[in-house]
Amino acid sequence: MPAVTETLDTVAAVTEGGYKWGFSTDIEMDMAPKGLNEDIVRLISERKAEPAWLLEWRLKAFAAWLKMEEPDWAKVHHPPIDYQDLHYYAAPKKKPGPKSLDEVDPELLAMYEKLGIPLKERAILAGVEPEEGERPPVAVDAVFDSVSVATTFRATLAKSGVIFCPISEAVHSHPELVKQYLGSVVPAGDNYFAALNSAVFSDGSFVFIPKGVRCPMELSTYFRINARNTGQFERTLIVVEDGGHVSYLEGCTAPQRDENQLHAAVVELVAMTDATIKYSTVQNWYPGDADGKGGIYNFVTKRGACRGARSKISWTQVETGSAITWKYPSCILQGDDSVGEFYSVAVTTNRQQADTGTKMIHIGKRTKSTIVSKGISAGRSDNTYRGLVRIMKGADGARNFTQCDSLLIGDQCGAHTVPYIESRNPTAKTEHEATTSKIADDQLFYCRQRGLSQEDAVGLIVNGFCKDVLKELPMEFAVEAQKLLAVSLEGSVG
Amino acid sequence: MNAVSQTSLQASAASFRARYEGLKERLGGDSIQRAEAADAFAHQGLPGPREEAWHYTALRPLTEVAFHEPVVLLSDCAAALAALPDLGMPRLVFVDGRFRADLSDAVTGATLRTGAPAFGPSVALGEKMVALNAMLAEDGAAITVAPGVDAGAVMLVSLGSDAHGVPVSFHPRHSVVLGAGARLTLVEVNGGTGVYFNNPVLVAEVAEDATLTHLRIQQEAAGAFHISTVLADVQARGTYDSFTLALGGRLSRVEVHAALLGEKAMAHLNAAQLLGGVQHSDFTTIVRHDAPATASRQTVKNVLTGRSKGVFQGKIEVARVAQKTDGYQMNQTLLLSGDAEIDSKPQLEIYADDVKCSHGATVGELDADQLFYLRSRGVPEAQARNILVRAFLSEALDPIEHEGARAAMEAAIAAWWERQA
Repeated sequence: MPAVTETLDTVAAVTEGGYKWGFSTDIEMDMAPKGLNEDIVRLISERKAEPAWLLEWRLKAFAAWLKMEEPDWAKVHHPPIDYQDLHYYAAPKKKPGPKSLDEVDPELLAMYEKLGIPLKERAILAGVEPEEGERPPVAVDAVFDSVSVATTFRATLAKSGVIFCPISEAVHSHPELVKQYLGSVVPAGDNYFAALNSAVFSDGSFVFIPKGVRCPMELSTYFRINARNTGQFERTLIVVEDGGHVSYLEGCTAPQRDENQLHAAVVELVAMTDATIKYSTVQNWYPGDADGKGGIYNFVTKRGACRGARSKISWTQVETGSAITWKYPSCILQGDDSVGEFYSVAVTTNRQQADTGTKMIHIGKRTKSTIVSKGISAGRSDNTYRGLVRIMKGADGARNFTQCDSLLIGDQCGAHTVPYIESRNPTAKTEHEATTSKIADDQLFYCRQRGLSQEDAVGLIVNGFCKDVLKELPMEFAVEAQKLLAVSLEGSVG
Repeated sequence: MNAVSQTSLQASAASFRARYEGLKERLGGDSIQRAEAADAFAHQGLPGPREEAWHYTALRPLTEVAFHEPVVLLSDCAAALAALPDLGMPRLVFVDGRFRADLSDAVTGATLRTGAPAFGPSVALGEKMVALNAMLAEDGAAITVAPGVDAGAVMLVSLGSDAHGVPVSFHPRHSVVLGAGARLTLVEVNGGTGVYFNNPVLVAEVAEDATLTHLRIQQEAAGAFHISTVLADVQARGTYDSFTLALGGRLSRVEVHAALLGEKAMAHLNAAQLLGGVQHSDFTTIVRHDAPATASRQTVKNVLTGRSKGVFQGKIEVARVAQKTDGYQMNQTLLLSGDAEIDSKPQLEIYADDVKCSHGATVGELDADQLFYLRSRGVPEAQARNILVRAFLSEALDPIEHEGARAAMEAAIAAWWERQA
C-alpha cells in the first residue's frame, strides 16, 4: 500500500525539515563547572549574592535530595541520568547595559527574532526603554538558560502595585515576600526533582498581585535552554492576595541537540481569598529526533494552593515537546468553595514519552474541581494520563468531574489512563470517565470527500478533539497551540 | 514507607519461609514447582505499600498475627455447612485448606482429583501472593471437564475453623480445566470462624468455545484474612464469566487476572463489595487483551458503611495485536458513612489503535431526591435506603444467570444489610 511509503516519506520530510525552534545561540556564557555538590550550591548562591537564609534553604534541600531516590513509578523509560555530568549554572556574561538596540548583542537579538518575539518587545527585552504612550498587552520575562535576561513593562505594572521580576531580584527587593512564600506550596524536600530544583534553582519569575488588583495585562515567561549540557532549573512563584486576579502564560523552547538535557522546574501558586490565578503553558521543548535521540527531559513540579475561600486556580497546558514529560500541575483546595481546574492537551509522536496529569486535593467545604485531559499518541510514543482526586474528610459537598480522552494515531503507539480516586466524605461527589479511540474512518472520509487533504483532515479532527481545552487558552496562545498541534502531527497519518 | 512495616513484612515472610523449610519433605505435588515458588518467595517477600499494585492495601494487620500450620484437622463443621445455601449441586468441602471427602459429594460430568495441590502450568510466580501459595500449598481440587461436556454446577466450599485455638493459615491451590466447548458453573463460598488466613489460588483454563461461570461469595469470619488470586486463560470464543460478592473478612483482597488469548474471547469480571465496621476489602482485576476482537466487561459496585475502606483497581491492557478490542469498566461507590473511604484506580493501558475502551467511576451518597421520592410515598427511611442500595447493586447482580446462586447472593446481601442496621 503506497500510503505506508507515503507516511514514511512525509515523516522523513518533517524530520529533515526539523524542529522549527532548533537553533542555538552562540553567546558568551558564564558557566559553573560540571557536577553537583555543596560547593556548586554555594557558588550559585554566591553568584546571586543571596542572603544567608536562602543559602541555608538550598543546602537543606540539597541534603534532602542526597537521601532521596529518583522516582520510578511513572510510565517512562530512559537511561539513568548522570547528575554529575551537567552544568548547574549558566548565565550570559554580564556587559554594561545597552543604551540602544544597536548596542545589544546581535546574537541575542537574532535569538529573539527566531523566538518570534515582536521587535518592540525585543528592544524592551534587551533592556531598551519603551516609547511612552504605548501599552502592549503582554509583559514578558525571558529566562535564558538558568537566568532571567529581561522583564518588560515593569514600570507599567508597578503603577498598579503588581510586582513582576526575576525571582533572583525579588530575593533582594522583596525578601519578606519571597521568604514567606518560597517553598510554602512545594516544600524543598517534596520530591526528588523539586528537591534538586530547590538546591540549584538559579532564576525564574516572581509575581505578586496585591489585594483587590486585577493585573492590567497578561504576564508571560519565555523559557529557553541554550547552552550545551546545562540543566535548567527555574523556579516560579506567583502570589495573589485577596480579590486579585492574574493570567500567566509560559512558553518553552530549546535548541536541537543530540544529547538529552534536563529540565526540572518548580512552579508555586498561592491564591488567597477570592483570588484567581490562570496559568497557561505551551510546552514545546525539543522532543528529540525520530529515533528518540536527544530531547529534553522535562521533570516539573507545579502546584497551586487555593488558600482562601472562593479562590480559583486554573491550569491549562498544551504539551507537544520534550522527549520525556513528567508533570502533574496540582491544586490544593484548602479554602471553602475554592475551585481547581486542569485542562490539558498532550501530544506525543516519534519516541516521545509523556506521563502527565493532575492532583486535586479537596480539603475545604464545597470545593470543586474539573479535569479535562486530551491525550494524542502517534508514531512510537507513549502517552499516559495519571491523575489523583482526593476528597478529604472535611470536604463536605465537594465535587469533581474528570474526563480523559485518548486518541491513537497509528498502531505503534500507546495510550494509558491511570486515575486515582480517593474519597472519604459521603457528601462529596466524584465522577470520572475515560475513553480511548482512534480517528474514525468515516470522519476522515467525510473530510477527504469534501476536498481536505489527509493532513488537514487529521488536523481538523484533532483540533475538534482538543476543543474543550484549547478554548481555555488566552487568545494568542490558542492560535499558537493550534498551529503546534498541526505541526506536531505532520506526517503521523498515512 | 516507614521502616517498621517493612520489618514486620520481612519478619512475616521469614516465618512463612521457615514453615516451608520445616514442611517441604511432607508436602505433596510437584516438588520442582514448589521449590521454584520458594525461591521466588525468598527473593520477593510479601508485597509492601511502596508497590504500585499494593498501594491501597497494606498487609500490616496480617503481619501482626502469628499464623500456624493447621494440624488438627477434624473439626466439626456441621453448623457451618448447614448454614450454606442449598443450591442442589454437588459440594466439594475444604476445611482449613484440606479436602474433606467425608463432607463432600461426588461430582458428575467432570473429573475431580484432590489430595495434592493442583498447580497447573507454572504461572505468575512474580505475583508475590501466588508464590507464597505455591510454596505452601497443601491441597486443592483439580476439576477437568472433557471437550463438549456441560458439567453443570459444582460448589466449592472453603471453611476456616477455629478448632486449633491459634490462628492458622492455609493456601489451597485449585485448577479448573475446560476442554473445547465445555461448560461449568463453579460456585465458590468462603467462610469460617475465628482468626485465620485463607490464601487460595485458582488457575482456570478455558479452551475454545468453552464457558466457565465463576460465582463467588466471600463471607469469611470477621477476624479472617482472605487474599485470593484467580489466573484465567481464555482461548478463542471462550468465556470466563465471574461475579464476586465480598462481604466478609477483616482484610480481604480478591485479585483476578484474565488473559484473553484467542479471537473473540470474553471476560466478565463483575463484583459487589459490601463493607462495614473496620473492614478493608480490595477487588483488583487485570484483563489482558492479547488477541483481536476480544471483549471484557466489568461492573464493580461498592457499598461502604462504618469505618470501612474499599479498594478497586482495574486494569485493562490491550496488546498491539488486539485490534477491535472492546473493553468496558464501570466502578461505582456508595459511601453511607462519614468515616468510610474508597480508593479507586481504573486503568487503561492501550497499544492497539482500533479499539473501543472506556471506563467510568463515580463516588457519592444515596440520592436525596430518590430517598425523598420513596419517603413521600410512605416508605420508612430504613426500607427506602435498602431499596435504593439494592437497586444500586442490581446492575452487577442481574447478569448472574444461575438463579439459585443469585438468590443466595441476594440473601447474603439482605443479611448483611440487617447486620448494619
